[in-house]
Amino acid sequence: MINVSDVSKRFGDFTALGGVSLEIPDGSLTALLGPSGSGKSTLLRIIAGLERPDAGRVCIAGADVTNVAPQQRGIGFVFQHYAAFKHMTVRDNVGFGLSIRRRPKTEIATKVDELLEVVGLQGYAERMPSQLSGGQRQRMALARALAVEPSVLLLDEPFGALDAKVRAELRAWLRRLHDEVHVTTVLVTHDQEEAMEIADHVAVMDHGSIEQVGAPRDLYDRPANAFVMGFLGPVTRVGGALVRPHDLVLSPEPSDGAREAQVARVTHLGFEVRVALWLPEGEEVSVQLTRAEADQLELSAGDIVYVRSEPGEPAAVSASSSSPGPPRASPPGPAASRRRGRPG
Amino acid sequence: MASRWGLRAVVAAYLGALLLLPVVYVFYTTFQHGLGPVWDSVTTPAAQSAFWLTLELAAIAVPLNTIFGVAMAMALVRRRWRGKALVEAIIDLPFAVSPVIIGLALLLTFGREGWLHLPFQVIFALPGMVLATIFVSLPFVVREVAPVLREVGDDQEQAAATLGASRWQAFWRITLPSIRWGIAYGVILSTARAIGEFGAVSVVSGDIAGRTETLTLLVQKRFGNFDLPGAYAASALLAVIALATLLTMTTTRRRTP
Repeated sequence: MINVSDVSKRFGDFTALGGVSLEIPDGSLTALLGPSGSGKSTLLRIIAGLERPDAGRVCIAGADVTNVAPQQRGIGFVFQHYAAFKHMTVRDNVGFGLSIRRRPKTEIATKVDELLEVVGLQGYAERMPSQLSGGQRQRMALARALAVEPSVLLLDEPFGALDAKVRAELRAWLRRLHDEVHVTTVLVTHDQEEAMEIADHVAVMDHGSIEQVGAPRDLYDRPANAFVMGFLGPVTRVGGALVRPHDLVLSPEPSDGAREAQVARVTHLGFEVRVALWLPEGEEVSVQLTRAEADQLELSAGDIVYVRSEPGEPAAVSASSSSPGPPRASPPGPAASRRRGRPG
Repeated sequence: MASRWGLRAVVAAYLGALLLLPVVYVFYTTFQHGLGPVWDSVTTPAAQSAFWLTLELAAIAVPLNTIFGVAMAMALVRRRWRGKALVEAIIDLPFAVSPVIIGLALLLTFGREGWLHLPFQVIFALPGMVLATIFVSLPFVVREVAPVLREVGDDQEQAAATLGASRWQAFWRITLPSIRWGIAYGVILSTARAIGEFGAVSVVSGDIAGRTETLTLLVQKRFGNFDLPGAYAASALLAVIALATLLTMTTTRRRTP
């Protein structure tokens, strides 16, 4: 388990982290998700020991490692730009940590071969990193980090420098790898789809603090505030509330709680149809329909329709709730999150 | 097309007239009466002594400057400390100040009337010449290595740290191999400067034949004594040393990928 308590970090005038606390359960795959400048990479680097916090503590597996050098933390770290040792073969890259630990050569060779097979790079052992593609380099970096059998694997935007197709492949592959290896993993990403797809837990960060922690589904369905809701998926504003466009229902007849609106645009996107509406107050609302629903309504620009939220329990937060945020009905996930006043 | 060739011709002519022609002419004049006189001229006791002294100065100054240069580049690029900007400016001093002034400064500091007295003789002896040589060739390794360090970044060093490597291990196994070409160029330039130095060394050497006379000083002396063939021969010897350094470096570069 990784336990971060009340960690702060400033870079000059910029508050990168303002008193962040987070618990990462053993064997989980946790994503730190947020826009750039939200402090997610700084938090990861503090867990790794590559950055020292100004205040607060970091514990790994029960031991306080706040003042422990990265060499002694038993971690594996994967960098966005691979950080491949350019002058070494793939074999020497992967075996580096073991060779530092003065393991016998035969043991290193066996272990490296084993890991290269795990990451699908068997046959590439004698190549130089420059002869590998970006995806292959990152898999090599992952094998290198796993070689020292870390208790914690830390990934800093590991797929950020790769093109979309390779990124999607590696994501699925990392999830499978984690299911096999079970090492506690923390992944930093600004891509909500990536976080939702592979993480068990997601900590959403903004302006140096954690906004909410929970399972991906919980965050999507029960966002704590407007920021989390907006960051995890599309939102539209109806009256004073933020709603997901697919949670809105249109009907040609007025009904209870429905608001009158005029169709501004209808966009057919193949599997879905997006409808832009004007409310009488001049607000624009975006609604997402299935093709069947749209066909049934036969909408075109200028029509008058009635819009309401889907009955049931749609995700909706008050648009002005960004600060200080509504009390949460149930704390999602085992991890604690804490909101702080934002700097500036 | 025509204009491109025209431009190339201008560049070639300019370089040829400025760089190549004089050097080729020195070699031509040196060897115009055959190898024999040249050999005699560069094997006189004074010339032999000058040759070895020149190599000795370079052999002391260049390694010291290399160690200092790499350490300084690491400190300038990888660390943040007070007074860094000032040090950065001071390092370039040897480029900015004329070597003669450097020689005079050493004379004022370490000479008989100087304010710093060491238990051994500095001026008109080897230590003074070593100091002068180190001084004039000091910035090369720093200036070659620092940009390479900046370019390489510290990702690889951090990765090494997370894999358990100490600072020292990371330096030897990761940093040094990635900056080796920066160091190599720094060493070439330092060596060239060290063996070719005239001004500063001339002030502090005292020009004692067979003891404190370097090759450049020998060239100057022979030239002053109207021994032109002798001056040409010594110059050619200097050029050969420079070419040998350049060749060694480029061949070692070709051998390692």
